Amino acid sequence: MENEVIIGLEVHVQLNKLNSKLFCSCSTDYHDDDPNTHTCPVCLGLPGTLPMINKKAVEYAIRVALALGCVVQEETLFYRKNYYYPDLPKAFQITQYDYPLGLGGHMLIKGEDGERVVRINRVHMEEDPGRLVHAGTIDRAKYTMVDYNRCGMALLEVVTEPDLRSPKEARAFLDKLRSILDYLDVFDGDLEGAMRVDSNLSLVGGDRAEVKNISGHKGVEKALNYEITRQKNVRRRGMKVVQETRHYDELRGVTVSIRTKEEAHDYRYFPEPDLVPMRIADWVPRVQEELPELPDAKRDRFRTQYGITDDHAKSLTSEIKVANFYERVAGKAPPKLAAVWIADVLKGELNYRDLSIENFHEDQMVEILKMLELEAITEKGAVEVVRQILDEGGSPAEIVKARGLGKAEDDAVRVAVRAAVAECGPAVEDYRGGNEKAINFIVGQVMKKTRGRADPGEANRLVREAIEEL
Amino acid sequence: MLRELKEEIASGSAEEVISALLERVKRSRLNAYNVLAEESALARARKFDESPWDGRMAGIPIAIKDSISTRGIETTCSSWILRGYIPPYDAHVIERLKAEGVIILGKTNMDEFCMGTSTETSCFGPTRNPWDTERVPGGSSGGSAAAVAAGEAPCALGSDTGGSIRCPASFCGIVGMKPTYGLVSRYGLISYANSLEQIGPLASTVEDAALMLDVIAGHDPRDSTSAKTEGGYLDGLEDGVRGMVCGVPKEYLGEGLDSSVERSVWDAISVLEDLGASWREVSLPHTRYALAAYYIIAMSEASSNLARFDGLRYGLRIGTDKDWHTTFSEIRAAGFGPEVKRRILLGTYALSAGYYGRYYLKALKVRTLIKEDFLRAFQDVDVLVTPTMPFPAFRIGERIQDPLSLYMADVFTVPINLAGVPAISLPCGFAGGLPVGLQIVGDHFAEKTVFRVSRAYEDATPHHAARPQEVI
Ligand SMILES: [Zn+2]
Repeated sequence: MENEVIIGLEVHVQLNKLNSKLFCSCSTDYHDDDPNTHTCPVCLGLPGTLPMINKKAVEYAIRVALALGCVVQEETLFYRKNYYYPDLPKAFQITQYDYPLGLGGHMLIKGEDGERVVRINRVHMEEDPGRLVHAGTIDRAKYTMVDYNRCGMALLEVVTEPDLRSPKEARAFLDKLRSILDYLDVFDGDLEGAMRVDSNLSLVGGDRAEVKNISGHKGVEKALNYEITRQKNVRRRGMKVVQETRHYDELRGVTVSIRTKEEAHDYRYFPEPDLVPMRIADWVPRVQEELPELPDAKRDRFRTQYGITDDHAKSLTSEIKVANFYERVAGKAPPKLAAVWIADVLKGELNYRDLSIENFHEDQMVEILKMLELEAITEKGAVEVVRQILDEGGSPAEIVKARGLGKAEDDAVRVAVRAAVAECGPAVEDYRGGNEKAINFIVGQVMKKTRGRADPGEANRLVREAIEEL
Repeated sequence: MLRELKEEIASGSAEEVISALLERVKRSRLNAYNVLAEESALARARKFDESPWDGRMAGIPIAIKDSISTRGIETTCSSWILRGYIPPYDAHVIERLKAEGVIILGKTNMDEFCMGTSTETSCFGPTRNPWDTERVPGGSSGGSAAAVAAGEAPCALGSDTGGSIRCPASFCGIVGMKPTYGLVSRYGLISYANSLEQIGPLASTVEDAALMLDVIAGHDPRDSTSAKTEGGYLDGLEDGVRGMVCGVPKEYLGEGLDSSVERSVWDAISVLEDLGASWREVSLPHTRYALAAYYIIAMSEASSNLARFDGLRYGLRIGTDKDWHTTFSEIRAAGFGPEVKRRILLGTYALSAGYYGRYYLKALKVRTLIKEDFLRAFQDVDVLVTPTMPFPAFRIGERIQDPLSLYMADVFTVPINLAGVPAISLPCGFAGGLPVGLQIVGDHFAEKTVFRVSRAYEDATPHHAARPQEVI
């Protein structure tokens, strides 16, 4: 109990599925392009420019706020957060600060001991700064370059109450958040910088440290585990954990104290005079109505509608594309079998190859499941088919045929071959004596037994094999 | 005037008109211009002469205050820190003017970043008043007003944050109009105090100002504070003032007001009476808090707006590059003049944690009270009639060392910006050979009423026709 951990998260989510930035019409599709090619006078903060709000971004933010159970404010209000930094061309960031769009939501996650309710303090909008590229490491760089492609991208900040009790729960929260954002179609989590996390962490009875610069959901467990160990060690040495901001160094896997002097910022917030409040209360009912079925609801429905296990339902609903894929397959093939093969096999094979579900067609899965159902193929064979489709393409039927993976046919031919070899002792002897043509007689027998279904070339090969095995 | 000039250019030669203007500017010692766009203006004039284009201001030369972004023409706000900055885009008002066919002559001098009442804080040195070159032209749009008064431009754009169009119009004896907040898009206007400022016309006559406003006003989605309005400011211009009620705010007449200015204003009220209007005294009780509220709001916003000038992407770059904090600090120390630094410091202080509520929030509350004063007054009267400035143009150097006395000069103009209502300054006589300005204030979006009263007054008086001698 003494070392119980208290964690709160501040998650920055880039609304990177928007077509344009938060306050200008620059495209958001910059990830593969040269630096500073997606900029304009507005996002470069040139003198005289004014922000023009992207209404779609506000709608996306409302979607997220509603999905997290927040109350949405009646109007938008923005503030200026003033500070000097080269990645911030206006020398202030436009942010919702203390008038967040969404307030007071919650999320259910699988906790350390059962279900955990994580309260959401707020969801607010702000603009992303540019990106600094150091020539070398941050402390030794001779110079630093700035890329403003990212500058002005719409960000959502999701802030939780300190309700998480372990790094694993923090990870579970972020996974669930990603899943919800994916369902809402507002976010591509695979793009660089799509999700950035700051975390408050303390041991019960101690002061908290803020850990900044955790990139994405994967780093969070490592960063927080390090921080717990550090705080426990401080205590063990009889010292007190001080309240401070620490920077997570991903390469070294450690958190480093940022001197408090540098952090003594006064951001001089004041309402952004160039953005008049926009009334959004009237939008909320429509956005609410258009909200898709969310992961929890879908998971419950999958369980009852398709009679699949909770684990399968959870696995199939974490990504909307996988869930949709499953539903299409389950409409044409046995749902339970489909759940096993998609959740346990296909997802693993995709993950191994870093591929998405779009690399597999539902009809291919249906075909494989049909063969399994008819016992025309072994499970091992089916896995081979899945792998070959992902690696080389092709249809299941062709692959089964080309690789001789068909269970029923294969067995029938092999049975016939074995029988024919046993029955045709003299011909076998002749063959062994060097008479190549004797083999044709035996193959003829195989064809007769299989009523012509066997492939003559394949039968020829199998007969030779069978004779050698004698 | 612009109507006649347009016909003259259409039937004659734009090139001749432009060349004559450029020559006049070059031999002048008023220092009204920061940059002359000589080549592009002449090229455009020749093009016009070859194949004239249509447009409500086709072929008309215009001067632009240096706070308004002009694509391809250096725009500095009269500050070292923006030397060499050439905007890659046109302000909304420039797009509008170009679409109606104007030819841009150049960029006019101003107080650095609009911070002043005299055009003395410019990094290019002060502009001189064409009526007396030892005196200031007013500010901050002093270059635009001096150019129009001295015949160095037939018309000009200015911007008005706390009187920056009306003050120099008053000191130079021309017409200057600050529109209702939101009427003209601010896109491209380099911000000093966003919530207060508007772009507006400086011209020789009320009709010219109305035409120009008609061209530049209108909704622009790039400015979220921009309103959807109908325009048509030339309609009903000559309908007169019969039956109208003019309010005379008692707080604007009396102590601190130059006696000859006061007399000119009462004369003007008598003229309006003779034309069929009546007048009554009104009260704007929160006037005495206006200056304090104005300067807190303006300086606070300025401290944030001007933070972007760090020399990293454009403008002044000095010395050897050191680390980020040292480099931008050195550039800002060298690039800003003392008045700009003073206002940035005061604004930064007013927004600081612990002071925000005491200063900025309180100023916003005062602003609401002042706005309510005006709304209340306009329930009973059609327009308010006041002096524009408490005194005529003062001497260069007379007040620049005493910022507070300079701030006090804005006492009749800043409440108008706080309330967001429209106001015009008209020539209404002379005091010791120096022009005096009459301020006519309207209700929100009542520009038409303001123009109508102004035109009636102008028709009945000779003041607008008076012109200074050429200063060489
Ligand atoms: Zn942009």
